[in-house]
Amino acid sequence: MSKSSKTGVSRRSMLKGTAAVAGLAAGSAIGGFPTIWAQDDLTVRTIGMAVSNMPQLEEMANEALPFKVSQTAAQIPDIMARGINQPTSADLFEPPFMLMRAMWPTGKFQAWDTTKLPEWDSVVDLYKAPGKIWPDAWYGDGQNPSQVGYTSGPEAKDFVDPGSTKWVTNHPVLHNADTLGIRPDIIGRPIDSWKELINPEFAGRAALVAFPQIGLMDAAMAFQANGELEYANKGNMTTDEIDYTIDRLIELKNNDHWRALWSTFNDSVQLMVSGEVVIQSMWSPAVTAVREQGVACTYQDLKEGYRSWSLGHMLPRHLEGKKLGAVYDYVTWYHSGPAGAFFARQGYYVVTPTNTQKYLPAAEWDFWMEGKPATVDIYSPFGKLLEKAGSIRDGGSYKNRMGRIAVWNSVMDENEFLTERWNEFMAA
Amino acid sequence: MAGLTATFNRYSTFFQISPLVLTLGLFLLGPVIVIIILSLWKFDGFLTLEGVWTLRNYERIFTRSLTVSNYLQTAKMLAITLAITFTIGFTLAYFLVFDLIKLRTKMLLFLLCVVPFWTSAVIRTVAWIPFLGKEGIINQAVMGIGLSDEPLTFLLFSEFAVLLSYIQIFTLFMMAPLFNVMARINNDLIEAARDNGANALQILWNIILPLCKPGIAIGTIFVIALVASDFTAIRILGGAKVGTVAASMANQIYNVQYPPAAATAMILLIVVLLLVGGIMRLVDVRRQL
Repeated sequence: MSKSSKTGVSRRSMLKGTAAVAGLAAGSAIGGFPTIWAQDDLTVRTIGMAVSNMPQLEEMANEALPFKVSQTAAQIPDIMARGINQPTSADLFEPPFMLMRAMWPTGKFQAWDTTKLPEWDSVVDLYKAPGKIWPDAWYGDGQNPSQVGYTSGPEAKDFVDPGSTKWVTNHPVLHNADTLGIRPDIIGRPIDSWKELINPEFAGRAALVAFPQIGLMDAAMAFQANGELEYANKGNMTTDEIDYTIDRLIELKNNDHWRALWSTFNDSVQLMVSGEVVIQSMWSPAVTAVREQGVACTYQDLKEGYRSWSLGHMLPRHLEGKKLGAVYDYVTWYHSGPAGAFFARQGYYVVTPTNTQKYLPAAEWDFWMEGKPATVDIYSPFGKLLEKAGSIRDGGSYKNRMGRIAVWNSVMDENEFLTERWNEFMAA
Repeated sequence: MAGLTATFNRYSTFFQISPLVLTLGLFLLGPVIVIIILSLWKFDGFLTLEGVWTLRNYERIFTRSLTVSNYLQTAKMLAITLAITFTIGFTLAYFLVFDLIKLRTKMLLFLLCVVPFWTSAVIRTVAWIPFLGKEGIINQAVMGIGLSDEPLTFLLFSEFAVLLSYIQIFTLFMMAPLFNVMARINNDLIEAARDNGANALQILWNIILPLCKPGIAIGTIFVIALVASDFTAIRILGGAKVGTVAASMANQIYNVQYPPAAATAMILLIVVLLLVGGIMRLVDVRRQL
């Protein structure tokens, strides 16, 4: 506790220092643009998911930037609905990449000019021409973020080859790799494959996320690992593949395999803590929440790889002038390092890791990013003890996790058919 | 001046109803029209194509077996909830009205029934989990006194759990209108029946029940609307394993498939309105108002 609050304070005072210096610079620079913000009392309003829109980050941004930042947390459908139907209700929308094909072509957004983003060069290659962070990384099934990242012009509605223009549809924010969460104390043997999700050994003690697109991909990972079906593309299934997957899910349901399908973060935590479920689809902070209650829970590294997702910042088309400049400044600050360190301590990866490293002490960097045994106790940014010295992060290094992406969260071409069949699974 | 007054008088009814017409128009009719328009727009899997008209969203509803299973499940939940909320609600209302004498006790106990509504609907639903879970209070008791070696898993993440929460929350909506109509039954009627030799059961069947019809009708309408529209209890307590119409619609909305969801909503609205219309034809609800 004391350790983390100390680092918190030092980081905070450093931020304050930066802000003060910026303020001084602004005061002395005649006609320099930072002075303009102060006159207008300008506010940048962002809307995104609760994982990345939280009071602590808002506070950091407000201390570091000469204008006001106001963040709103919302559910995915609300972010999308507001972005499309009321684009003027926020200055920056933060949907997941999987919605890009449903949002960008509506023409309610404008492209980012990467030449005006000083930190763009630090953004990992996942979002550029290669479509992967390291040359030997897996490209992944489904919608690789690079496929929907570029467009032909500032007001275009199309997608073009990654890296072929300077215009991007959204500025990537952060990403992470999802896998199964397990109760190692109850299972009592090593788990190394997605096929364990459907192992009859865990009948009545397994759970699946209730969101059709994602739940179906987790199921597909399990069926493929079990040698039942080789999917051509788990992130964009054919109707036949969807039929097979749903039929098998129904069969498992009839065998009482699924204890529940969970739809909220808290449900997944509750299922694990109570021991109702010992293996399930899970999100990384939920695993942390289970452990904080003193219950053993592992975010299990599996040999078939991970299911990954990414969030991006989208600019509504109406933004212009000073407001647009402020939003560019906000995003530049976001990727300059402090926010990266804040999210790294929660297990997420902001897309400019080289800048994150500047703000993360070496001992924490080694634990979170390199997958090395912790040399100090590891605290969350909120001051909670997460890991004792000596422990290793589940899944290990950044490269082991984000370098082994089997499938990207995607909205499939057969999305409507998929939802109908998923509803049949629920009604079965 | 006189002309103005005459004009005003001629249209006075219109002026008097205009606030209601405006409110209903803006907040009921308007949104429904928007939903109808949305349900007729094309959806290509990713985008809602505004202004591209199609009946395909409705066609899909009427050509898939999912619709049948969704409505059967909804009907089943509705029938069970109605039967139990009516039994409990009627008994409670009867007790409050006819068994208690002091008006103050009646009102106090009636208000007690409202206490659960001081917390939000979501919390009332979530609160069942620690009771019903594998490690929950009921299972600990059941295993503690040796009734079962294994925890009873049907208690949570099941139809049973959803029905339990429906009954807990919706019974009041059945009971309140029943309480209201029963309180208006003239005691002389009951005494007259008794003087003429009717026994308690005959009084209940021939006097109280018929006079309660408007209350039953209103309570039933409430419960139909509440059960048909719920998806939170299904998500939280049903473990998303119970497939009602509203749950399917919630999934479509979560996947931002608004036009198909709007079509589902319209059909559900029509079905509910038909049910309500049927009830209104059977019972003269206005008698109670």
